[in-house]
Amino acid sequence: MSEVQKDRSMVIQKDMIAEHYRQLEAAPETGDPVVYTFVPGNLTELIRSFGALPVLPEINALQSGMRGKSRDYILEAERSGHSEDVCTYVKCDIGMLQSGNIGPTGTRLPKPDLLLLSYTGCYTFMKWFELLREQYDCPTVFLQIPYQGDGTLAPEHRQYVVDQLKAEVIPALEKATGRKYDEERVRHYLSLSAQAEEDLVAVLHSAKRKPSPIDAYFGAVYYVGPIFSAFRGTEEGVAYYRELRKEVEERVARGEGPVTPSGTLNDQKYRLVVEGPPNWTSFREFWQMFTDEQAVVVASTYSKVGGVYDFGFRHDPKDPLGTMADYCGGCYTNLNLPSRIDMLASYIKDYAADGFLIHSIKSCNSFSAGQLMMLREVERRTGLPGAFIESDLVDPRYFSAANIRNRLESYLQMIEARRQGRPA
Amino acid sequence: MKCFVGIDLGSTTTKAVVLGERSEILGRGITNSRSNYDLAAQVAREEAFITTRFALLRQQVEQAAGQQVLTRLLRAFRLSQTLTQLTRLSALILKEIERSVPAALRDAAREKVLGIVATIEQEEKARFEDPDPPARSDFFRDAAGSAYMRLAEERGEPSGVSFDRLVGLYDKCIIGVENEPLELGFRHHIGSALELAGNSPAVRAGVEAAVSAELEVVRSVGTGYGRARLPFPKEQIRSEILCHGLGAHRMFPGTRTVLDIGGQDTKAIQVDEHGIVTSFQMNDRCAAGCGRYLGYIADEMNIGLHELGPLAEKSTRSVKINSTCTVFAGAELRERLSLGERREDILDGLHRAIILRAMSLLARSGGIQDQFTFTGGVARNSAATRALRRLVEENYGEKTINISADSIYTGALGAALFAHREAMA
Repeated sequence: MSEVQKDRSMVIQKDMIAEHYRQLEAAPETGDPVVYTFVPGNLTELIRSFGALPVLPEINALQSGMRGKSRDYILEAERSGHSEDVCTYVKCDIGMLQSGNIGPTGTRLPKPDLLLLSYTGCYTFMKWFELLREQYDCPTVFLQIPYQGDGTLAPEHRQYVVDQLKAEVIPALEKATGRKYDEERVRHYLSLSAQAEEDLVAVLHSAKRKPSPIDAYFGAVYYVGPIFSAFRGTEEGVAYYRELRKEVEERVARGEGPVTPSGTLNDQKYRLVVEGPPNWTSFREFWQMFTDEQAVVVASTYSKVGGVYDFGFRHDPKDPLGTMADYCGGCYTNLNLPSRIDMLASYIKDYAADGFLIHSIKSCNSFSAGQLMMLREVERRTGLPGAFIESDLVDPRYFSAANIRNRLESYLQMIEARRQGRPA
Repeated sequence: MKCFVGIDLGSTTTKAVVLGERSEILGRGITNSRSNYDLAAQVAREEAFITTRFALLRQQVEQAAGQQVLTRLLRAFRLSQTLTQLTRLSALILKEIERSVPAALRDAAREKVLGIVATIEQEEKARFEDPDPPARSDFFRDAAGSAYMRLAEERGEPSGVSFDRLVGLYDKCIIGVENEPLELGFRHHIGSALELAGNSPAVRAGVEAAVSAELEVVRSVGTGYGRARLPFPKEQIRSEILCHGLGAHRMFPGTRTVLDIGGQDTKAIQVDEHGIVTSFQMNDRCAAGCGRYLGYIADEMNIGLHELGPLAEKSTRSVKINSTCTVFAGAELRERLSLGERREDILDGLHRAIILRAMSLLARSGGIQDQFTFTGGVARNSAATRALRRLVEENYGEKTINISADSIYTGALGAALFAHREAMA
């Protein structure tokens, strides 16, 4: 097998992640407080302003999945009583914990000083932290973000979040870290966030070009990595996105497509929009199936779970708590079905897509419920056929390569047949 | 003449269809997929060309010789093929006896096997003379196998050459017969078929023309799960979804919705007025409720797959079955039998359960539009089609439901149509 091709930015990111896990491992010695929180609705700037290090359990799970470790963790969790139908991120995390809490890069993860649950639409997160609270016997703070049931975050909802930040989250962080809230510091971090967000959006928008210089699903998983995890509001994050944007602009100048694991995809036969998280255990194989068919993803909703920036939202240092409320309320997981449909339909139009594909996750009700209805509605609005593929997040038992390949090929051939019109 | 070939390498059977220049169907061939996909494709293709040459022969001599003579000739041809395979089977078993049977039993084993083979040969010849022989599987493995089992059961001796030993020999050697290319083509057997059928001069002249007819394959397209095994470039490989859509449209041009239940998957397909697929859904991650499930049930009941439908149709009271899990099929069946349910009622419930799963896929793909075409191996099962008709009516009202006797060839037909379309483009 030939060597896997990588972007410069991917190498930088790998080092950033490794360094973060090293800091986490050293936390018991350095005394850095540790706050566990989830990607959608993560308040990294706020956490960092207290000198604390964030741990994101879904990132650990997906990293374990990509590194071939999730299967054993899931089996471990199932042995301790978690059923086959439970979210596999949860089981992977619990299994990792029960197996000595060695993170995906091989370093030990520290215990949390605080579990900061900002609830943005996935109620499994609530159960997950209940389980962790039981394990670690540590304080928990619960930030309730109102669901965008009617498609907007109403002013009173926003105020409700701000009030909770003041009355509950900030005091909990002060107590856990022993430091006082420093709003100037938060503003500084938020301004760094906004810079990185600006560069990220430029990268995401570049997919409107033909050929697209990026893959906005498989590639975007890497692009959103730092901003969705521990690096939003950091100097490293800003530097990463500056570099990433430069890299993409260079590709645009050369008229090149994205770097896939098997090389640059310049000749792009199909432009697709994708809904739903990817499969992590066969990530590269799944991506390769698209590359084999010369299909590039030009926009995806998954790359918005940790924040929707491409419709204009930026963190605003002038209104620190308000902007955090807006951020949390606007995460993709907190959007209702009509908003998700609008988003898909506008991506298809704005990015001149040939079709759209839903990758449905067996163990994720939060994402999967309603996806077939979304499919029908997006088909109706855009006149384009949709594809539906099923597997799982980190449970390798649910990735059936032959079936998935068959569906993807069938779908793309269907697009091709429609392009060619009437058969003889 | 110019030909266009479509090959559908399915999980259970492999099918081939040959089209002529005006995209008319010239021939069809089918074989069991076995472990060797390459050979299965070769055999199915060969079979399709045999029927193509028979079709040419029919065109030329039917008027002069009459339909009956040609039907008899075709049956003589099949007999000649069967006898060749039987001879090969016998030779392989004799060799296997040398290799694996204890010396003390070898003579007796040889005698038994030769006796069984001789009886099968007589039965095959008698079948040929029977004007209306009972229906049976098209495949040598099944036809010879069931005769062999029956005779082995009659003639096996617990203290000597036992039933188990005889069956073991068969199981080992039938794979050899299937996995080596035998000379089974038109050219090789038409001569002996002519002799068996009574050598009519009018037919002989036509046969010579049919043998020497130049069949030039302009383009082939492959589909089915084994499609990647075909020695075709990527552009000559099509997904079976597209092939089933186009094939069904060719069989019934009014088709808008297609349901295909094959060995390992179920597909619900919507097509436009040109047979182009507009939407589809497939079973996910498991083959519950597919053709293979019926295969397991037949095995559990110790009856042939083709007997399931007729037996289920005798049901007077359908048993409600929830699980269509193939792995649990045996347990489900035994549980029901132990509760005192009748076999036919259980079977009726099983067929209904399969179709219920298909109904869910159909709903997901966009429902059932008029006309609705049912294809795949399961469409040959009368109880499945009965359950389908009922459930379609209950859920969608009255719809035209098309089921072709040749529905198993739908995918191969679609592939051949793609080959024709591309070559003509």
